[in-house]
Amino acid sequence: MTRPPREVQIRLEGVTLGYGGFIVQRDLSFSIFRGDVFIIMGGSGCGKSTVMRSLIGLLEPMSGRILYGGVSLWEADPAGRNRMMRRNGVMYQSGALWSSMTLLENVALPLEQYTTLSPRQVREVAAYKLALVGLAGFDEHYPAEISGGMQKRVGVARAMALDPDTLFFDEPSAGLDPLSARLLDDLILELRDGLGTTMVVVTHDLASLFAIGDDAVFLDSGTRTMLATGNPRALRDGCPDPRVRRFLSRGEPTHAKAPDDQGRAAP
Amino acid sequence: MTEPPDARSGPSPPLALLEVSADGGAILRLAGTWRLDQALPLAEDLLARLATLPGPKVLTFDCSDLIDWDSGLVAYLVAVMSQLRGWAGQGAPDLDQTGLPEGVRGLLNLAFAVPERAGDRRGKADESFLEEVGAEALGLVRSTGEIMAFLGEVVLSLRRLIQGRAGLRRADFLLVLQQAGAEALPIVSLVSFLVGMIFGYIGVQQLAQFGARVYVASLVGLAMTIQIGALVTAIVLSGRTGAAYAAQIGTMQVNEEIDALRTLGISPMDFLVLPRMLALILMTPLLAVYADLMGILGGAFVGILVGELTPTEYFTQTQATVGWNHIIQGIVSAAVYGAIVAVSGCLRGMQCGRSAAAVGQATTSAVVTAIVAIVIAAAVLTVIFNALGLQ
Repeated sequence: MTRPPREVQIRLEGVTLGYGGFIVQRDLSFSIFRGDVFIIMGGSGCGKSTVMRSLIGLLEPMSGRILYGGVSLWEADPAGRNRMMRRNGVMYQSGALWSSMTLLENVALPLEQYTTLSPRQVREVAAYKLALVGLAGFDEHYPAEISGGMQKRVGVARAMALDPDTLFFDEPSAGLDPLSARLLDDLILELRDGLGTTMVVVTHDLASLFAIGDDAVFLDSGTRTMLATGNPRALRDGCPDPRVRRFLSRGEPTHAKAPDDQGRAAP
Repeated sequence: MTEPPDARSGPSPPLALLEVSADGGAILRLAGTWRLDQALPLAEDLLARLATLPGPKVLTFDCSDLIDWDSGLVAYLVAVMSQLRGWAGQGAPDLDQTGLPEGVRGLLNLAFAVPERAGDRRGKADESFLEEVGAEALGLVRSTGEIMAFLGEVVLSLRRLIQGRAGLRRADFLLVLQQAGAEALPIVSLVSFLVGMIFGYIGVQQLAQFGARVYVASLVGLAMTIQIGALVTAIVLSGRTGAAYAAQIGTMQVNEEIDALRTLGISPMDFLVLPRMLALILMTPLLAVYADLMGILGGAFVGILVGELTPTEYFTQTQATVGWNHIIQGIVSAAVYGAIVAVSGCLRGMQCGRSAAAVGQATTSAVVTAIVAIVIAAAVLTVIFNALGLQ
């Protein structure tokens, strides 16, 4: 589970996030290690997506630092930040495909912008990325013509277009049937194993986060901060905080040593 | 009133009767059909009655005459109970819920299961007049700042274009050029032809009184070329193209498509705003010249049919009056209006919130902003052209 040389990819130091005067999460400090599938979890409305938005450079923290390989994302100048952001790929919750372009053009756009490949090569690379996510032959379809699950897969293909160091997923299983969600989980693992990409996944889908998560952070909406970090299974079985155990066991009494939480026998 | 209700005689009205029992407690008798389609008793009435009683220790419920109930009853009880919680320590009675139907008890427990979190409730906007004026004034300052920041970004984006670093996609640019230009021809033709006709009618009627009917050609020709052709085109484009830009970019904002551009390091200004702006700056003057022509044709139509001028008379008079200086004024104005329509459409789209209602507001606001700014610009340009001696 722990690969010996654990190299820090992203580090948060006392990050506080909010909109206007309203604080969403405060004092977040944790590290995301290279090659891990890192889960950002917590109940609905706790600010998981907000944390992701600040990691990918869309929302400036009110205080604290976000370090990519030792360089602070928000203290860099705009051009430097742009370069750092380009090392990330993002799959948005709804796919966020550009609706006026075909699937191939969606995947090809980042390649056109940032590589010196010829138009023909761009098409080839883009078609290969689409094939990687199981959508070979859908090159000329428009986003509105394919299902939600397929849109998310194209979102993954586009996020991977520039072979990023880190891939972010915003609620990958939201709105998908169990089988499609499972396929997307498998895809995340295969891409990680094949390319060594660090995966940061925002989710509250327990089946999915136990299946793919190496490491995780738990955000709480009541106290507006993080309660625990660690492997999701280990947290479920042995986290000292009962709120984390309750969440990870769907509110059922856990079999862990939790004297304050064992009212009834497990069914 | 207390006789047993008969279910067969239709729904009996819902009743809530408060009685004082022998041991000093209070009993609330709930009777009749407590459904949302009935006129339900008010919780305040009961609370007011309860406040007049000499501090009962316990409030019990009697539902033996209750025929039927739905959310109407539960909402009533929730309202009563949450008010009573507020009385805590001031002689609020304890509640004995055993008299309530089991289903009602379950639903009440559910309603109070998750306590309201401090800070979750929003105060209703109950601001004084002065507060509202202040908030509006601050909002005006902020929105002016936003417009300035947007214009600044447009300029930076233009600089990147000139330096060849803006990554403008040819295919995209040609598409917006076609949508803003060629596809607007039919509506611009119709509107400017009709406006020319209206000018023609007014001119013919007035000028005929002096026997100066031929000057209708001068009136229509000058009005169309100096100002009206550009103005009509700009207003049509603000409704047609500006609104479309706001809706399109706003929907992209809702779908996170703009975020997707940003995280790839692609500037939405270069990618979305710049091609649209260039397209309108190029296309509006062309459409305006075309509108001038259609307006003159509309005027001629009236002048010849109603004003009994010959076509030669009409067009010779037009040629004699309208000069290049007039046409150039129209072209310059049209380019400015085109920029205004594009900027307000793109600005409102980029400012769009993340809901369907926000897209609607962005669209409306884009058209309103554009038309107001166009009228202001028209006035300013007229002064400038006069000062330059172009008229």
